[in-house]
Amino acid sequence: MKADALSKKKKLTALCTIAASVAAGCVNGLFGGGGGMLVVPIFTVLLSLEVKKAHATAVAAILPMSVVSAIIYIVKGCVEWNITYSVGGGVIAGGVIGALLLKKVNNFLLSMVFYLIMIAAGVKMLIG
Amino acid sequence: MGMGGGTLTIPILTLALGIGQKAAQAVNLISFVPMAVVTVAIHCKNRLIDIGAMIKVVIPALAACVVGALIAPALSSRALSIGFGIFLIILGAAQSIVAIKNKLKKSKPERICKCGGSYNCFVLDYCDKEYFN
Repeated sequence: MKADALSKKKKLTALCTIAASVAAGCVNGLFGGGGGMLVVPIFTVLLSLEVKKAHATAVAAILPMSVVSAIIYIVKGCVEWNITYSVGGGVIAGGVIGALLLKKVNNFLLSMVFYLIMIAAGVKMLIG
Repeated sequence: MGMGGGTLTIPILTLALGIGQKAAQAVNLISFVPMAVVTVAIHCKNRLIDIGAMIKVVIPALAACVVGALIAPALSSRALSIGFGIFLIILGAAQSIVAIKNKLKKSKPERICKCGGSYNCFVLDYCDKEYFN
């Protein structure tokens, strides 16, 4: 009986992992980003990885999705190369600076500011 | 370096710089790849990547991602913008709630029981107060 319950729980976890992964993949392909934010909870909650490992594994999981999506976007002609060259450099520089500053700032405060900006940007995008 | 860049980069590109939604998504995807390659290499060296867990997620996610990426170019920038806006609001609200909950949890002093276990406040009723430091 106990083994039966355990196997049911395992099946449910596997099913939830597949469903959540499909959702993360859909978001990443459709919107060109944001999948990583959904993948981290899959690793921490469903697959019981510790936070540091979950973040590292999430980047590794998102990388092939981004490569494939980028190829499809290029083939379908969605890329404006002059913008990509000028803005892409800034985005990469920002990423490096962000990584260097990460340990020197208040995590909770930074997260809250980040989430509030996300919500405000979402509302602005929704109303146009 | 790694998570959440796109949720900030895309709105900055569209709202502040006036770049179209599809072009902004493409910029985000293309600029993410070199950053992620460096990050993954560092994490690999530090043995922080769980290959087994990654494969469990990558296979279904990659299949869905291809479908999403094929649909995106066929949609209008406005439709994608509305969809992404809804995604940001839901994600921002959910993450805020989780962050506040975690903060409140951490601010509660943990009571260590002399019998060896670590209990939070509501287990106190079952235990003699003398056993707690």
